[in-house]
Amino acid sequence: MKNKEVLLELRDLKTYFPVQKGVFKRTVAHVKAVDGVSINIYKGETLGLVGESGCGKTTLGKTILQLVKATAGEAIYNFDGEKKDLNKLSDKEMMKARKKLQIVFQDPHSSLNPAFTIFGSLQDPLKQFGVKSKAERKKIIGDLLEAVNLRREYMNRYPHEFSGGQRQRIGIARALSVEPELIVCDEAVSALDVSIQAQVLKLLQDLKEERNLTYLFITHDLSVVEYISDRIAVMYLGKIVELADSDDLYNNTLHPYTEALLSAIPVADLDHKSERIILEGNVPSPVDPPSGCPFHPRCPKKIAKCSKVIPELKKYEIDGREHYAACHLLD
Amino acid sequence: MNKDNTIISVDNLKTYFYTNERCNKAVNGVSFKIRKGRTLCVVGESGCGKTVTATSIMRLLPKLSRIEEGEITYYSDQGPIRIDQLDPNGSKMRSLRGQDIAMIFQDPMTALNPVYTVGYQIRENLKYHTDLTKDEAKKRAVELLDNMGIPLPEQRVNEYIHQFSGGMRQRAMIAMAMACNPKVLLADEPTTALDVTIQAQIFDLMEELKEDYNTAIMMITHDMGVVAELADDVAVMYMGNIVESGTVEDVLRNPAHPYTKALLKSIPVLGKGRSQKLEPIRGNTPDPFDRPKGCQFNPRCDYMTEKCYETPESFTVKGEHYTKCWHYEKVLSDEE
Amino acid sequence: MGSNRKSKLDRKMDEIRRKEEAGLLGGKEYSRALNKFTNNRLALLGLILFSIILLSSIFAPFISPYEPGTIDVLNRFASPSTSHILGTDQLGRDIFTRILYGGRISILVGLGSALGAAFIGVLIGSYAGYKGGWIDKIFMRISEIFMAFPRMILVLMLVSILGQSLWNLIIIFILTGWGSVYRMVRSQMLSIREEEYVQALRAFGLNDFIIPYKHMLPNAIAPILVNITLSTAMFILQETSLSFLGLGVPLNISTWGNILNVAQDLNILKDYWWIWLPVGLVISTFVLSINFIGDGLRDSTDPSQQG
Repeated sequence: MKNKEVLLELRDLKTYFPVQKGVFKRTVAHVKAVDGVSINIYKGETLGLVGESGCGKTTLGKTILQLVKATAGEAIYNFDGEKKDLNKLSDKEMMKARKKLQIVFQDPHSSLNPAFTIFGSLQDPLKQFGVKSKAERKKIIGDLLEAVNLRREYMNRYPHEFSGGQRQRIGIARALSVEPELIVCDEAVSALDVSIQAQVLKLLQDLKEERNLTYLFITHDLSVVEYISDRIAVMYLGKIVELADSDDLYNNTLHPYTEALLSAIPVADLDHKSERIILEGNVPSPVDPPSGCPFHPRCPKKIAKCSKVIPELKKYEIDGREHYAACHLLD
Repeated sequence: MNKDNTIISVDNLKTYFYTNERCNKAVNGVSFKIRKGRTLCVVGESGCGKTVTATSIMRLLPKLSRIEEGEITYYSDQGPIRIDQLDPNGSKMRSLRGQDIAMIFQDPMTALNPVYTVGYQIRENLKYHTDLTKDEAKKRAVELLDNMGIPLPEQRVNEYIHQFSGGMRQRAMIAMAMACNPKVLLADEPTTALDVTIQAQIFDLMEELKEDYNTAIMMITHDMGVVAELADDVAVMYMGNIVESGTVEDVLRNPAHPYTKALLKSIPVLGKGRSQKLEPIRGNTPDPFDRPKGCQFNPRCDYMTEKCYETPESFTVKGEHYTKCWHYEKVLSDEE
Repeated sequence: MGSNRKSKLDRKMDEIRRKEEAGLLGGKEYSRALNKFTNNRLALLGLILFSIILLSSIFAPFISPYEPGTIDVLNRFASPSTSHILGTDQLGRDIFTRILYGGRISILVGLGSALGAAFIGVLIGSYAGYKGGWIDKIFMRISEIFMAFPRMILVLMLVSILGQSLWNLIIIFILTGWGSVYRMVRSQMLSIREEEYVQALRAFGLNDFIIPYKHMLPNAIAPILVNITLSTAMFILQETSLSFLGLGVPLNISTWGNILNVAQDLNILKDYWWIWLPVGLVISTFVLSINFIGDGLRDSTDPSQQG
């Protein structure tokens, strides 16, 4: 691995949501959305985070951004050399952190306030971070719109006058307005038409180069993530089951779930011969995860140990590159 | 029945919508054939009119819309029936629906009634279209759920739809649609809302249906991957027209329309890694109320010339491979 | 295709298609809501009637030569004539004049109470709905307490505690009315809170007041406006009932309800119809017209209404 600086280190991060029942709202169980995630995000990389519904990837993104409170664990961010746990920041420190971490959302229809013009929506964060004069804000917003290939005059229009792809680009402009270092893209292209997805993906790549950004790209679409990411982490029921370079994940798959996932995806290539591994049953609920390895009930290769002991995410070196996987079969 | 195993043929179908006092030409002259034992994938992006095509065939259009022109012919055992001429609420159309032609939708939660059990709804369908007694219908419902791969069908037949998980709900909907062994199944993005591993299960199921019952399937999707894996025939739609159609081999290997070609070049293909060159299609889908003159793809097309202000005719590339582009020969010869 | 007789809907669609193909449609970007409202005949009728009555009340001095309080005992119970269009009441006061001036107070009470209740409801509901937690729980319980009481009883209780005066009445109406606005705003806030743009604002660290009041409230305002119009009508009726019973606005101030007050007497009801019938019709017409406007507003701002 090249000399990479760690921007964000997650240590055993957990986010549980209480399930409350009854008149007195007793907590009867917990939804273990994020269940012990320990990975690093390196400066300047695009880390893809994939998984199916209920795996916890969106919750992980929101936990890092402090939109949802972590239940346990640490998220240690590298503030220009000084390392601090995001979960334990004071309000003042959190305000500074908000400049560094931003998010782009999925749904272009609800990501912008329908009652405000684009200028109205984008100026409040700038005001918040000290841009006092309206003229200056106008200039900055105009520049941002041009950076995402939209015209400056668009700032005077309302969201409903734009298409889905354009709104998504405005959402990206908004995230860029405070000059962040890390941007979480939460299914940022999933709701767009396929031909528009390419436009937005290209834009994200260009912006990353120009502005030295780091991305955490959350998606369920493995074709997209393979294309845009440097490394990919695969999540299942709140845990990371595999983490490797994009090409390695596909060519050297270690975890049975990743194998099944990759084989299940319909590929837009007639010459691609897929041996579809059909998984039995459904994705279990994060309220009551299985004992041992979360994947074992559906795993075609399970052994006795899998139902008893939770496998750790271990590092394997393949051709000098790091490849993490959590599977007893690899021991 | 037609000698070339066509079971539904659609000829120059035009369906217009009249909401908000405007006329939206959602489907504007569409022709294709659905064949027995084959899957036709209708692929296109949002607003291209693919769903409207299916609801036109089923005569399930909303109040403020109608079929303006065109013919929809169903080749039943008793001879050809002109669906477009039937009263949409009449007994003839209602007997066709469910028994001969069935439709499954994207969201099973809203397509199935939440206050009746799944078994009850399947039995309703059977009661209306067949002569089965109540007990026979009950048995058949359990059999159907079993055939669709739902475990413990005797128990699940008495449950409500919210008690089913996403994939199971879709299977239940397919079970209900297949209850009377329809000759044609129209599937509108049936797996878009499902996880990939569940999607794979549903596709396997649909392949089995095709093989076991010789069902004709029309699958609406926006996912080229689905097309590559499932389709026998493809129709590519853009702004209410079919711009290209043919077998999946023809269309995917030798795209003859600039839109098809551009679409294929703009999507990431799993396995091709990071070195793929994605080329986005420039511009945006036009406003349906502010359409370009002539060919709808003009503003975004690399092959556009003056001639394109005239609406293109349909050209035969080879055999059953058709396209609507004046410059199709150039498109074909431009290899990457 | 099908039968030869074209339905009305078919002909309408043909017309739209013809216009669309001729390029006649889609000129200016009309506000869809405004368009829908003006197309709603009942709403327009309501607006016209409402305006007539409101303007008459405002310009009362220009319409009638009399003063509402001028007593003319020689002319008591005079039936309608050229000098007194609607006759006179038991103290010889011109009824038409009293209706005109009475409108001012009645409308003031109705509109003022509705606006006051809306203001408090919005103020509390926006913050409580956004924040949730114990603040929301407390105010929900408080509003439930107010709403659980039969309204009239509550009003009568408060009248007896606070005494009878114009402003006290408005205050009482506001106290009994804020609860429903609060709940409405709160439920809007609960759903808007989940919108992605709100999450984005939180990701920027914007504080808990700017987000609900500046950013979320403009999107919640439509049903509140409808509520204000319909509440105005309700409060006018309430004032009328209370004044009819003598418990509303003090009798020396003329309001529509106060005019009706004498109709408690069966004799007057029987023999002197011009004292109670005209004012009753004006009240009914005004309230009905407000309801038409409110319905029209609701239909035009509701995005789920098709066609």
